[in-house]
Amino acid sequence: MKDTSVVLSGWRLDNPVIPASGTFGFGNEFKDFYDINILGTFSFKGTTREARFGNPTPRIAECTAGMINAVGLQNPGIDRVIAEELPRLKRYFRKPVIANISGFSIEEYAYCCERIDREEQVGLIEVNVSCPNVRHGGMSFGTSPEAAAEVTRAVKAVTTKPVYIKLSPNVTDIVAIARACEEAGADGLCLINTMLGMRIDTMRRRPVIANTMGGFSGAAIFPVALRMVFQVAAACRIPVIGCGGVETPRDVIEMMMAGATAVEVGAANLRDPYASKKIVEGLPAEMERLGIERLADIIGCAQ
Amino acid sequence: MTDYKHSVYTILRNEPLTDAVWRLVLEGDTQWITRPGQFVNIALEGHYLRRPISVCDADATTLTLIYKVVGEGTRRMSAMRAGERLDLLTGLGNGFDPSKAAPHTLLVGGGVGVPPLYKLAKELLAAGRRVTVVLGFNTASEVFYADEFERLGCTTIVATADGTRGVKGFVTTAIAERAADFGYFYACGPLPMLRALCDGVRQDGQLSFEERMGCGFGACMGCSCRTKYGNKRICKEGPVLEKEEIIW
Repeated sequence: MKDTSVVLSGWRLDNPVIPASGTFGFGNEFKDFYDINILGTFSFKGTTREARFGNPTPRIAECTAGMINAVGLQNPGIDRVIAEELPRLKRYFRKPVIANISGFSIEEYAYCCERIDREEQVGLIEVNVSCPNVRHGGMSFGTSPEAAAEVTRAVKAVTTKPVYIKLSPNVTDIVAIARACEEAGADGLCLINTMLGMRIDTMRRRPVIANTMGGFSGAAIFPVALRMVFQVAAACRIPVIGCGGVETPRDVIEMMMAGATAVEVGAANLRDPYASKKIVEGLPAEMERLGIERLADIIGCAQ
Repeated sequence: MTDYKHSVYTILRNEPLTDAVWRLVLEGDTQWITRPGQFVNIALEGHYLRRPISVCDADATTLTLIYKVVGEGTRRMSAMRAGERLDLLTGLGNGFDPSKAAPHTLLVGGGVGVPPLYKLAKELLAAGRRVTVVLGFNTASEVFYADEFERLGCTTIVATADGTRGVKGFVTTAIAERAADFGYFYACGPLPMLRALCDGVRQDGQLSFEERMGCGFGACMGCSCRTKYGNKRICKEGPVLEKEEIIW
């Protein structure tokens, strides 16, 4: 029997596979496809203080081995997430969930995190300082070490649960930002968020995405994500959740060898609703092939 | 036993109906297709996202899809042969609600918006409704399925923008001239057609919308729209919306 369990800040997950925020809603659309309790956990849809519609459509563009989204943080707002989504989730998901929180000001981050911190279903809080979709959004916080640290401190001051900062790859030096978050008290890091990209409709001679640019994700970004996880894991002591282009059990193992304690699966869930299930189910065979008995043993082994 | 709303289908036929429009007949599990106007989402090798295609017709074992070759993905589809297999998410979206139909019901299709009306027409006729179909195209060479609707027993009116077949003009012209006495309508087609239709007729109806989709099953929020009753996902709560809830 292979041991796939990992521990994130004292929280033991059955396996390291975590559908990423924005690709899994609040689990509701996936529970009909399979029993989502087989997952390590999942990170729920990025939530803000107010309900948001997000950006105009088209919000989606296809790319080679990936896609661009410019959804723009559409979500029901923190009140309805607490009043409606979490109670509904409890009916079909027995595990704690990761609460993904976004904000447009330090105060908004703190407000939302303080509210969600009281929810017993929440295992840890993932703070999105990096969403590149919103014009006046997370970008500014996630691209400066000072701003990222300021968000971290503000959130840590009002929460008791572990706080993980989800980092943007659209920066010159992600290690500097990771270190700033660690010094500001972050319990862990999650990286990477989507990479800023765009496509042009050559018939219309206009950008495909109404918002011009959006976040590029999918298999194509895996090597970039892996490299950043490797660099950050080498420079920080806090746990790292690896995210970006993960589609197979092999990708999970690479991320963990680079230094990730757990791994998020994003765009793959959108092409194949069974993607995360297949990864969970495929992990033991991949471990067997590589002579791994305990998955946690390989964390950072390639460093 | 197949997965929930997921199955691998075998191609029985893949044939052109016009220069750009193809009919694909597949064999496989159709149990998730419960209403006309639903769609399937087709995985294609070498393409990251699936292709959403509306269901034209389905029976216990076969599925008929009609698609237009518009890009690399659909071009690849048109090159596929009988015997090849396709990975589909099926029975997606809510589709049309046939129970709202009137004794005389109008179906309005524009271009590749025509196919989902076919299964709807069959169901309405089976329920004893009188069905008039107005099909709009740019030109005579683009017309498809007019004969098929006729054979079902629908009064079928074709409109072409250039007048090379049927009524010259848009579907709204044809409706005003030849089919104004219906009680309820169902429509699928390009956005300007849907809007002109809603502006031009007083009757209620249901309209099927298109949007660029990420997943097709409600997870990514890529295809959201605003309605009078809040935000809806074209892929999940749609693709069909009621006329009175639409915010143009």
